[in-house]
Amino acid sequence: MTSEVLLEAGAPSGAAPPAAITTSGLTKRFRGGQVAVDAIDLDVPRGSVYGFLGPNGSGKTTTIRMLLGLITPTEGTFTMPPLTTVGALVEGPAFYPYLSGEANLLRFDAADPSAPPRTAKARAAEALERVGLAAAAGKRYRAYSLGMRQRLAIAAALLRPRRLLVLDEPTNGLDPQGTREVRALVKDVAAEGTTVFVSSHLLAEVEQMCTHAGIMSAGRLVAQGTIASLSGGRAARIRIDTPDLEAAARVLAALELPDVRVGSDVTAELGGHAPERINAELVVAGVAVRGLSVVRTSLEDVFVGLTGEGFDVDG
Amino acid sequence: MSTADTQTGARRTPGLVPVSETRRSAERAAAPREPSVLSEPEPSGGVVAFWRLLRSELGLTFRRPRNLIMLGVLALVPVIIGIVLKSIGTEDADGGMGALLAATAGNSLMLTFVALSALVPLLMPIAVAVVAGDSIAGEAGTGTLRYLLAAPAGRGRLLAVKYLNAVAFSVAVTAAVAVSALVVGVLLFPVGPVTLLSGTTVSFADGLLRILITVGYVSAGMAALAAVALALSTLTEVSIGAIAATLVLIIVTQVLRAFPQLDWLAPYLLPTHWSGFDGALRDPIGDMSGGLLAFTAYIALFLSTAWARFSGKDISS
Ligand SMILES: Nc1ncnc2c1ncn2[C@@H]1O[C@H](COP(=O)(O)OP(=O)(O)OP(=O)(O)O)[C@@H](O)[C@H]1O
Ligand SMILES: [Mg+2]
Repeated sequence: MTSEVLLEAGAPSGAAPPAAITTSGLTKRFRGGQVAVDAIDLDVPRGSVYGFLGPNGSGKTTTIRMLLGLITPTEGTFTMPPLTTVGALVEGPAFYPYLSGEANLLRFDAADPSAPPRTAKARAAEALERVGLAAAAGKRYRAYSLGMRQRLAIAAALLRPRRLLVLDEPTNGLDPQGTREVRALVKDVAAEGTTVFVSSHLLAEVEQMCTHAGIMSAGRLVAQGTIASLSGGRAARIRIDTPDLEAAARVLAALELPDVRVGSDVTAELGGHAPERINAELVVAGVAVRGLSVVRTSLEDVFVGLTGEGFDVDG
Repeated sequence: MSTADTQTGARRTPGLVPVSETRRSAERAAAPREPSVLSEPEPSGGVVAFWRLLRSELGLTFRRPRNLIMLGVLALVPVIIGIVLKSIGTEDADGGMGALLAATAGNSLMLTFVALSALVPLLMPIAVAVVAGDSIAGEAGTGTLRYLLAAPAGRGRLLAVKYLNAVAFSVAVTAAVAVSALVVGVLLFPVGPVTLLSGTTVSFADGLLRILITVGYVSAGMAALAAVALALSTLTEVSIGAIAATLVLIIVTQVLRAFPQLDWLAPYLLPTHWSGFDGALRDPIGDMSGGLLAFTAYIALFLSTAWARFSGKDISS
């Protein structure tokens, strides 16, 4: 480990860090012939927070189940850190209803052959504290609310220091407070050096939380890369809020901004122009500028562009 | 106590120290790193970890109200039998009762054999089937199986722990009946030398030893049933399904045994051998090896089936 650490630290910046998860042609065909995951090549860099995106039924959970060894891939291979160093939340919480939150954590800790038994209680208490469940530690799981259950599942994933956290929709059922806390938690964990692989529907959340993302659609991995490279692929636009629509459009056209569009406001591709320069030109031309903003492509635009607008699930 | 606490505190964050010591903050920002506690040698050995998981499993089983109620009900049956025998036994002692029943009125130890004869054909198997049939299917149904396997419990380890737990419960079921019957017997009936089925009389201590042999034999028979139920439990995510299937098997075999035409089949049926414990009531002790061989064969066959099924199963609950 020491030599590995030195090697990493000494590596020239910009060199691709070693991957935490790689898959090659990973495929799952369920009985009945449905291909839930179709030859995906994931590349999750070590130390990254990787958002695993995709509409309902696109194969996210199926992929996670394969990575955790719960189901056997039909084809393909993958590399993962050993499961004793992986914390996981798969398809929602599942616990023993008649046990307390703490007893539940101890039960799963007992199942981990490499967990030191002597520190189990302290680690359980720490994990509960971390997800804000310290006060409910002795309460039976049966009496937990939806959000408390989700928090307990996250606590179980945090029972030990992990090399990799796999979180399948961790903010499901959480209140806004809880959602923020999970985001902060993911940041903390990532700062400790843990790679986080998190599936989510909440694009804004992924955009805030993740360094990398992969987008699934109908079992295929249709895009993958850093958040910047994914959402930066498309040009930013300038939007001008003004009653003098025609005049504003003429100014933008005169500045040779591409793709000028007039609707309830005026927009155009920003290109390399400075927004403040455009504002000055507009004012000089006597356009009453009420508002001016630069709209960058959000991950959502990329997502919808790649997976379609339709509401139907991939099935 | 305080020593243990200090160790706990010291052990909680050992990995974080080397990380901050071996890296400057600039390096930390530049390269991804992982909590180096992970590079420590495995903190607990295989046997210790196995025992810990088994203890956790036993804790779940023997604290669960459902299982305690089953044990309590089974322990209550000898009490009822004892009271009934006591009240009718004196006036009807030689009025057509079976040899065993008659013997009970004369000696306290015999109640144990009477109680086991009454409970072994169905009630004790039901209790064992509930625990063993629920073992994998129940975890699959609630979804805890996926978290146990991701922990990672290991499929072989988990199956072994589940089976040993079911064996422990089989022993507990048998012991609950035997101990309850022993206590009630000593309280209600004369304590002294025991007259066996073969007519010979042995000392009270010898009688106790024979009860111990009986408990061992019946436990083995129940453990064989537990293997069947465990195998069925790997086939479904609905524990009631595995439990019901086991019970149907028991009842069907008990019915088959009632047909004289099917006598050739009897040696291959598990329930046939359950009642073989009466060998312990003869002098010299009757041959129980046929039964024990059948139990071993059942355990080997059905544990292999369970492993074949569970080792490669897709866990999609
Ligand atoms: N055990 C199974 N047997 C057959 N088909 C399955 C099974 N599990 C999942 N599928 C199918 O595989 C596809 C992918 O499912 P999966 O659960 O991986 O989607 P997902 O991306 O996690 O969706 P969501 O966002 O709704 O959680 C779905 O069409 C689903 O119906
Ligand atoms: Mg899912």
